[in-house]
Amino acid sequence: MKTKVIKVDYLARVEGEGALYVKIKGDQVMDVRLKIFEPPRFFEAFLRGRNFAEAPDITARICGICPIAYQMSAVHAMEDAFGIKVEGPIRALRRLIYCGEWIESHALHVYLLHAPDFLGYEDAIQMARDHPDIVQRGLQLKKVGNEIVRLLGGREIHPINVRVGGFYRVPTKRELIPLMEQLHWAREAALETVRWAAALPFPEFERDYEFVALRHPTEYPFNEGRLVSNKGLDIAVSEYDDHFVEEHVSYSNALHSTIKNRGPYFVGPLARYNLNFDRLSPLVRELACDVGLHPPCTNPFKSIIVRSLEILYACDEALRLIAEYEMPDKPAVEIQPRAATGYGCTEAPRGILYHRYRLGDDGTILDAKIVPPTSQNQKMIESDLWHFLPSRLDMPHDQLVWHCEQAVRNYDPCISCATHFIKLHIERE
Amino acid sequence: MVRKRRPKLAVWKFASCDGCQLTLLDCEDELLRLAGQVQISYFPEASRAIVRGPYDLSLVEGSITTPHDAERIHQVRRASKVLITIGACATAGGIQALRNFKDVREFLSIVYATPEYIQTLNKSTPIADHVFVDFELRGCPINKHQLIEVISAFLHGRKPNTPPHSVCMECKRRDIVCVMVAHGTPCLGPVTHAGCGAICPAYHRGCYGCFGPKETPNTNSLSARWSHLGVKEQDIVRAFRSFNAYAEPFRKEGEAHDRA
Repeated sequence: MKTKVIKVDYLARVEGEGALYVKIKGDQVMDVRLKIFEPPRFFEAFLRGRNFAEAPDITARICGICPIAYQMSAVHAMEDAFGIKVEGPIRALRRLIYCGEWIESHALHVYLLHAPDFLGYEDAIQMARDHPDIVQRGLQLKKVGNEIVRLLGGREIHPINVRVGGFYRVPTKRELIPLMEQLHWAREAALETVRWAAALPFPEFERDYEFVALRHPTEYPFNEGRLVSNKGLDIAVSEYDDHFVEEHVSYSNALHSTIKNRGPYFVGPLARYNLNFDRLSPLVRELACDVGLHPPCTNPFKSIIVRSLEILYACDEALRLIAEYEMPDKPAVEIQPRAATGYGCTEAPRGILYHRYRLGDDGTILDAKIVPPTSQNQKMIESDLWHFLPSRLDMPHDQLVWHCEQAVRNYDPCISCATHFIKLHIERE
Repeated sequence: MVRKRRPKLAVWKFASCDGCQLTLLDCEDELLRLAGQVQISYFPEASRAIVRGPYDLSLVEGSITTPHDAERIHQVRRASKVLITIGACATAGGIQALRNFKDVREFLSIVYATPEYIQTLNKSTPIADHVFVDFELRGCPINKHQLIEVISAFLHGRKPNTPPHSVCMECKRRDIVCVMVAHGTPCLGPVTHAGCGAICPAYHRGCYGCFGPKETPNTNSLSARWSHLGVKEQDIVRAFRSFNAYAEPFRKEGEAHDRA
């Protein structure tokens, strides 16, 4: 049988580093391995013995791209353990800072990491030579998201202002008002982004996925809700460990996560969108249908459109939150540590991020478990490639490799979170 | 006139969260202009294009934690005319250096079901422990404006202006009331390297040392002050053992109080 070897040394434009290994014999795919050999950093180990109050600062360092997600999952898990519920303006500010992270992270992925694939550029800087206005629009959108995070969090990467119970300092309404002007611009830019993204050329590829996301009674989910899927899952966050299992495979430093007795599942914007379409604003829903994306959408390449729709949603939501904001008397709810176990799960830009902490009576962390979205999607990424490759083996070699990379980038994998290092080897026999 | 060749820029990653290299992409207003000044030759987070070395300027993020990376950093050094480390991981071993105070085998069994699959070193060490480093930029994460300053200093052949004094100076300059004096909030500002713009005190909390030790810090005196404020020995240990735990002055101060 004909033997071919395709080899790419680095899967670029993802956060962190890893490798993809694909073996093909004749017209059959023999093996697909997403190898994550980003060095392990042992967060779950060194969280033991730290104080609960340090968790938002420490876990933020798992990822420079989505630190808010880590901070939000950590504070919610701690508050769950201490039996506290944060409501009102502080809750609203948490939603607002998450809007900022979604805008900045999605704009980064849509414009700088993913779009060059569709348009045939190796990076956004090359793309900017032919499409300067488009890249500029992406950068400015990203900047608006970063501005929100900076104002509420102190800085864009590893914000310092988030704490268990709320914030160290809350903004005055006057401080928030200038954001509105930027958000009005961003909203228009997001509208254009959706239309532009929807017109990109998409490979034909659809699958019957199990999507998992949070679902809240009234809102599009950020911090709260039950964990649901399109195949019958409907559980409280505290039941996560009963339904999901992590497996350690020899070729990856990141654990593989599956639903017990069912297999791989899909988290992230596409899952949120398919499960929570009815929670989006009427405008976003209308625009989605306008550009031909009525749910269910089961083509992972179209997640770039969904990310764009979520940018628009986040702009609208941020505007609403600022308009309704009234500064609370205190920046945080008072915390009384106690021995307990707490669970938190929030919607990182890339999907659900689960934290569980067991705490001693003085608030010392005795045990921590963190499951980032990328480790949950890992198996699905591999599974996509098994299905994606067979009908495309006639493609010129370089193009096929690029398509494989793109199929991985659909998930906006964050390998630093999962632990990470991506290299791509395709071996043909 | 012959047009000068644009310097080749490379961005390398070791054990880290990616935040410091992301800082480059977070320079939304400057990124495209910068891309016109240098040839971005190796930057996997941003591009799949790879231009062969040698590189005029290498930015290195992350710490050395695996046998493979301990080899790879020498290759990076050989391929680089100027090597600048960015961030607390690359300059002090980062948060992952917390393993340096423990038995890493125990850590492995906590996180991984099959520890045999994992290759890791006992210690997480800064880049300068392995190769010669031309300049170290501090911070967890680094500051965007300082990064631009360092790159433009390189492009103009001058020394970067990143003052080594303490966060206190930045507080004074911003007219922020001292959180330790006024509110009795423990603050690492007096021993911590400037660069962040004193954001924690500006948000009513004490500095927690993201930028690592300042030049000639008096950590001993600060610990005494903290004890005065009622901070327990173990809390002092943990304060010095965070994102720059393995930077010498912080390491020593942590050890001095860790006599459990």
